[in-house]
Amino acid sequence: MSAFVQGRTGDWEIVIGMEVHAQVVSNSKLFSGSSAVFGASPNYHVSLVDAAMPGMLPVINTECIRQAVITGLGLNAQINKYSVFDRKNYFYADLPQGYQISQFKHPIVGEGEVQIELADASTHIIGIERLHLEQDAGKSLHDQHPSKSYIDLNRSGVALMEIVSKPEMHSAEQAAAYIKKLRSILRYLGTCDGNMEEGSLRADVNVSVRKPGEPLGTRTETKNLNSVRFIMQTIDYEVQRQIELIEDGGVVVQETRLFDTTTGMTRTMRGKEDAHDYRYFPDPDLLPLKFDDAFIADLKKDMPELPDQIKSRMVQEYGLSSYDANVLTEEKETAAFYELASDGRDRKLTANWMSVELFGALNKAGLELSSSPVSPMQLGDLVDLISDGSISGKIAKEVFADMFETGKNAKQIVEEKGLKQVSDEGSIITMIDDVMASNQDKVDEYRSGKEKLFGFFVGQVMKASQGQANPGMVNQILKEKLKG
Amino acid sequence: MSDLLKMTAAQALSSLSKKQISSVELTTAYIEAMEATHELNNYVTSTTELAKQMALDADKARADGNAGRLAGLPIGVKDLFCTKNVMTTACSSILNGFVPTYESTVTSRLWESGGVMLGKLNCDEFAMGSSNETSVFGPAINPWSARDGEALSAGGSSGGSASAVAAGAALMSVGSDTGGSIRQPAAFCGVVGLKPTYGRCSRWGVVAFASSLDQAGPFTRDVEDSALIFSVMAGHDAKDSTSASMSVPDFSEAINSGVEGMRIGIPGEYQMDEMDNEISDLWRQGRKWLEQAGATMVDISLPHTKYALACYYIIAPAEASSNLARYDGVRYGNRIEAETLDLMYEATRASGFGEEVQRRILIGTYALSAGYYDAYYLKAQQVRRLIKQDFDTAFSDVDAILTPTTPSAAFSLGKPVTDPITMYLNDVFTVPANLAGLPGISVPAGLSKQGLPLGLQVLAAPFREDRLFSVARTIELQAQFSLAPARAAGELQ
Repeated sequence: MSAFVQGRTGDWEIVIGMEVHAQVVSNSKLFSGSSAVFGASPNYHVSLVDAAMPGMLPVINTECIRQAVITGLGLNAQINKYSVFDRKNYFYADLPQGYQISQFKHPIVGEGEVQIELADASTHIIGIERLHLEQDAGKSLHDQHPSKSYIDLNRSGVALMEIVSKPEMHSAEQAAAYIKKLRSILRYLGTCDGNMEEGSLRADVNVSVRKPGEPLGTRTETKNLNSVRFIMQTIDYEVQRQIELIEDGGVVVQETRLFDTTTGMTRTMRGKEDAHDYRYFPDPDLLPLKFDDAFIADLKKDMPELPDQIKSRMVQEYGLSSYDANVLTEEKETAAFYELASDGRDRKLTANWMSVELFGALNKAGLELSSSPVSPMQLGDLVDLISDGSISGKIAKEVFADMFETGKNAKQIVEEKGLKQVSDEGSIITMIDDVMASNQDKVDEYRSGKEKLFGFFVGQVMKASQGQANPGMVNQILKEKLKG
Repeated sequence: MSDLLKMTAAQALSSLSKKQISSVELTTAYIEAMEATHELNNYVTSTTELAKQMALDADKARADGNAGRLAGLPIGVKDLFCTKNVMTTACSSILNGFVPTYESTVTSRLWESGGVMLGKLNCDEFAMGSSNETSVFGPAINPWSARDGEALSAGGSSGGSASAVAAGAALMSVGSDTGGSIRQPAAFCGVVGLKPTYGRCSRWGVVAFASSLDQAGPFTRDVEDSALIFSVMAGHDAKDSTSASMSVPDFSEAINSGVEGMRIGIPGEYQMDEMDNEISDLWRQGRKWLEQAGATMVDISLPHTKYALACYYIIAPAEASSNLARYDGVRYGNRIEAETLDLMYEATRASGFGEEVQRRILIGTYALSAGYYDAYYLKAQQVRRLIKQDFDTAFSDVDAILTPTTPSAAFSLGKPVTDPITMYLNDVFTVPANLAGLPGISVPAGLSKQGLPLGLQVLAAPFREDRLFSVARTIELQAQFSLAPARAAGELQ
């Protein structure tokens, strides 16, 4: 199913493919022992290998191999037990070896898929073409000196997974859903932190347009987009540009483009004629990478649950709505928080409290879930107090607001403020009797058919109990009593 | 100390352990020999002060009963090995002044075993050449002189390593062999040169020429010394992914076991038309010696030999074109400043690399280019597999293979080689072992009519260096070759 775009000459179909570079979570770089941590002062994490000193040799970091295979499993992809590292040759000041070690003909992971869900609740499968491992380059700083460029090699050699989708997305919304879902999967797996601002996750977006049913149009590739918004803007801009170009009699040129974050437009970076000849060939310093089924089986055993699995479990076993399950599984931390908070108690009630009250309060305070003043256990305790009738839902909101502000436990607040719900039948009957006695006229009206007054009686009883009477019991007893 | 320079390493070790000589005495004799043979241009960097200190340390270790396997033996190192705090240039202008902060694995092992470093030895620039003439320091000169007195090439690329051992300016030395760079100069200079099985010696810290072919190995006066130093150099290194995780055996038995009962192959394809008659004669002589010693000589065929040189001159430059990309003027070595980054690269690399290195970078870049990769690089890799299969088949029948090391004796220096192909032909007998990853040894076996040393090459299956030592030692005993170059130091003359 594709959403078409209306042009002057009719409908256009958008075709989008994405190459996502995801930095592998690992202590050290892909081929050296230096730290892969972000944010150190320039050239602090640089080994002899990273700086390509004479005679230095790469040695594969097995942790990165594990992470790539785990990611492959998470994408339901084919795992290649035989893969090869190749050299991609080109010159640049922040590429010390004069080549990037990557995988060209034989990637570690083959075809897989990602399922996305759009706002209209439709689901789509986006195919994954391949995933391969490669080294990151260093960083060139051109604004530190009037005539010189400075080079920071901290990133040089850090492991990246390049995840290549098939050209199976047809709108900016789908592309956004794809990158979000991919990010979520990587974070659940713990193979990439997904931090787009720090550049741990960035995308090259290929866009082309065609008349429905026609062969693929010429695509452009826009490089290095590090936010979902930029990806969507790029697609919108490129689609408009390409349609207008073709409708005005022009042709789309296959080229690499750059996105300008200030204007929201893309511009030419280099054309096809300037494209590098990378002279790929197998890196003779590294033997082909081989592992057996047992290696994969071991990793499979420890695979964490992924969002799609958790979601269906929440719907089927916990009885949550698809919407609630979606909200609770988008982020790994949210799902983990919820699982803890709801464990052994009313799942649906906990989900409500989390997605309405907790998220509302966090939003208002501008806080992330990770810095929530209310812990999962504390939220769970609050839910227990509601479930066992100790406090009413209304009182619970008050208690929650207090918890959020002070970090105190629900029980403590209830006790300190004397908010415990009255569930003692005797005292509720007494209160009801009192209210009925002092409102005999209304009792008569009710009994003569004005049943709308029921709410008035409930209100009076609750008021008399300072809101602490168990509303269910009040309802039930009051109904009996009013019957006369 | 008149006999000091004549001793083999094994003899020196024996005298050292009997306290008949000290390492300081031995080292001093070699330092003097280095000075006496200065005109041979073997050393590009001398580390005499370091050598004296290491000799003192070795003597002390021996006195303390902690002598390593090479304690006190003076050793020279090809300038391709990175040596900590000692300038390492690969004999290229582009690395002029480069001082590593690290020590190659192979040389580390030598020094940890008590070896004494004399200095860095001349070689072809980035090990690319067969005459040592591409060195930015000028060629190392062969201590042997032709009857007409003309200066001769020490061979290459490890020319300085071979010449220094022949001239008595190093007791032993290390070099590297990518297509014959140990065996050819060893043959030219009348010393023993070993190219171990690919993966035996770590490549970590050795300036790379062609990664899938490069292998470090020793130059020595005899086969026994070769086994001695090789067993120290070899061994698994986790820092080199292509290093073999095989244990290194004790070779002392192999050296004396002889060739009785061995089957030794003679490949018909190595009988070439262009080969000097005296080389054919020597080869025939070698066969006779081995037969007399009890080996069975077997005619074998290595049908893809004729493609080896062409295959090598695709693969080696292809890898080199990529390996040498790091010499870009950005982080170390020479830089020629220019307006833009691309212009800086061009100026730096045009001035920093010599003609032969530039030629090979161009060949290699071409061979890997889009549209040519399949025809050249991929095809060469296929041929390489066939060459390896030839050897696999041969070694299912024979224990070793005997060939000449080179098609001729050492050639004159100063006659500029206008045709690079002529120079490349020098490697015709040695290249196949690199392509197949086999161990090979060149052992001096006789003299040419001009009075120049000639070598025989022995090849064996991967990791069967023991067989090389058995066969080479047998040839050595029969040949009774005497190392007597005209331009050696002291009493070696």
